[in-house]
Amino acid sequence: MTAIDPTAHLTATQIEELGRELDAIRDEVIAGRGEKDAAYIRKVIAAQRKLELVSRGVLLFSSFPPAWLLGTAGLSVAKIMDNMEIGHNVLHGQWDWMRDPKIHSTTWEWDHVSPSDQWKHSHNELHHTYTNVIGKDNDLGYGIMRVDEDQKWHPLHLGQPLWNFINACFFEYGIAAYDLELGKNLNKRGRKNPEFRARAKAVGRKIRKQVLKDYVIHPLLSGPSFLPTLGATFTANLVRNIWSHSVIMCGHFPEGVQVFERRSIKGETRGQWYLRQMMGSANISGSKAMHFMTGNLSHQIEHHLFPDLPSNRYAEVAVKVRALFEKYELEYVTGPLPKQVFSAWRKVFRLSLPNKKPGVRTPDRARELVAA
Amino acid sequence: MTSTALRSRAWKLLEMVTTPLLPSDYLDLVSPLRAGADLRGRIEAVHPETDDAATLVIRPGRGWRGHTAGQYVRIGVDVDGVRLWRAYSLTSPTDRRDGRVTITVKAIPDGKVSNHLVRSARPGTLIQLDQPTGDFVLPRAKPAKVLYLTAGSGITPVMGMLRDTEFDDVVMVHCAPRPQDVIFRDELHARAGDEKLRLTEVHTDTDGMLDIARLDALVPDWTERETWACGPAGLLDAAEKHWSDHGVPERLHTERFRPSVVVTGDGGEVTFSATGKTVDADGATPLLDVGEEAGVLMPSGCRMGICFGCVTPLKTGAVRDLRTGEITEAEPGVLIQTCVSAAAGPCDIER
Repeated sequence: MTAIDPTAHLTATQIEELGRELDAIRDEVIAGRGEKDAAYIRKVIAAQRKLELVSRGVLLFSSFPPAWLLGTAGLSVAKIMDNMEIGHNVLHGQWDWMRDPKIHSTTWEWDHVSPSDQWKHSHNELHHTYTNVIGKDNDLGYGIMRVDEDQKWHPLHLGQPLWNFINACFFEYGIAAYDLELGKNLNKRGRKNPEFRARAKAVGRKIRKQVLKDYVIHPLLSGPSFLPTLGATFTANLVRNIWSHSVIMCGHFPEGVQVFERRSIKGETRGQWYLRQMMGSANISGSKAMHFMTGNLSHQIEHHLFPDLPSNRYAEVAVKVRALFEKYELEYVTGPLPKQVFSAWRKVFRLSLPNKKPGVRTPDRARELVAA
Repeated sequence: MTSTALRSRAWKLLEMVTTPLLPSDYLDLVSPLRAGADLRGRIEAVHPETDDAATLVIRPGRGWRGHTAGQYVRIGVDVDGVRLWRAYSLTSPTDRRDGRVTITVKAIPDGKVSNHLVRSARPGTLIQLDQPTGDFVLPRAKPAKVLYLTAGSGITPVMGMLRDTEFDDVVMVHCAPRPQDVIFRDELHARAGDEKLRLTEVHTDTDGMLDIARLDALVPDWTERETWACGPAGLLDAAEKHWSDHGVPERLHTERFRPSVVVTGDGGEVTFSATGKTVDADGATPLLDVGEEAGVLMPSGCRMGICFGCVTPLKTGAVRDLRTGEITEAEPGVLIQTCVSAAAGPCDIER
């Protein structure tokens, strides 16, 4: 769908060869999965639980400001770990091979208002299969934003920087609404659909439990520290939401990432599917701690190529994947978090306005594509 | 309010505190063997018995209900990060003071779990346990005369019996390739020295396989003895025939170790047990397509192996991953991705 296709120089044979090379990378990791990987995820899960326990313990005394600060920081990190490195990846089936029913995509539930089975459908199935295909992948702007010139402009898009900010603050609710396809289902017919009603009920139950825990029970347990604890859990949720929203924006929104049109994926081969994942995702560069806190979604390109490989392996896979990008002369979109977040937000602002010339790409966009 | 009701209220409240996890998820961090936890055990020691057999001393969790001599236990152990379940006979007496139990494992060629337990198991490791089970046990009323007929690792359940209950007149005929392959040899000889046991070792490398007809010579009064036999299928088949032919089949109790022999191939008969449908499948068609074609309601998603929306229990048989060629055999708790798996021989998919 791009004006200048950055993959135009590749022949069909080359694309299939690229697919085989990627398959080989995948097979190698699968053959090498073992005890060390299992020990890794168990250690992360145990650390997350201990951190959450200790942080909530400290928050019982949160009327004492240093305790508030410490507890809030700890709880924020614990919530981020739960959602990113643990929840997201377990729900992808990355650890199903261990055959441990307690760390399995079919049994895992996370600290998030979207029930895991609904999220698995919209994320694993729709987003990962149809990555960046306009009209198929609702992650492109979450149905509330315009993120590509080729999407039709509507005056409502003028407000999208604001929607995006609100979405960032209450991201888990945004995701729950998104998984429910709330926009589509709020009409009369959708509201009466028994399947939608059942799913909405499940979300309601999950929200009630989560809210009760964070905003009623734990503050009550704190007794005289009721209000500070309430503020702390609210802050931790806010921090977690803004963080995960930022990381996720960096995955597909920064400049240089391609989007695709529906007909381009008709009869798509495995090689072409891989190529679409490569061109439709962007990475975040940074330290080990940075990769960990993003749930290794900083290796978004590798994650999209191999969504079911254990997250702790993406770093080593990235070296090989990047070499393939170079070999096939493709642009590996990556950068530090602030740069990528800025790039994504700039796009949100830019596309809130109509295209300068309808149907023609803005010059800077065209330049980037040529560079690619 | 009764105390049970009170406790269940308190537990419900605790669940609200820990949601979406359970209180047990946190308790497991500090006390995985506590009462009320999923049944687990901790390996406390590993004692080599022969070159390829070892005894594991296990402290079971508080929920352990105890065993009867001769029974076996299923254990779930992580080998290369993958949890695998196998059954092993308990070799400890039932009244062991320290509450530990033992299993004795013989490494079989290419056996993933047995080799791991014999050669790589480390004290301190947590394993999963089931409650002990099996009806290869001693009767309440003591028989006057007993014969134990065993071969190879078939000695393990019998050792549990031998250590548990003393009889006045016990004969054991045990087969192993060479003297050094006899598991528990020192203990058996010590018992024989104390005249608590009459022991005959058959060394099959030099003596050849035990011909059941030789029993008349080895144990002349075998028809009068209550007999417990455990060993390879060939020995047990011959024994069952022999006891039947002599009109005393009720005197013989056998235990067969059933290593699940899975027939693998290219394609095979696929059974959808919940729906009650059976169809033939080739080795290249994903089981998701096979099921849908047969009118079975199959969960599905991306249809390319990435979303894990189609995972379904594999009850019996084997399947091949169409991407890697890897074979997965049925075991309790094994789930497969039906969209990228094809039949590798007959199999049963729980749909």
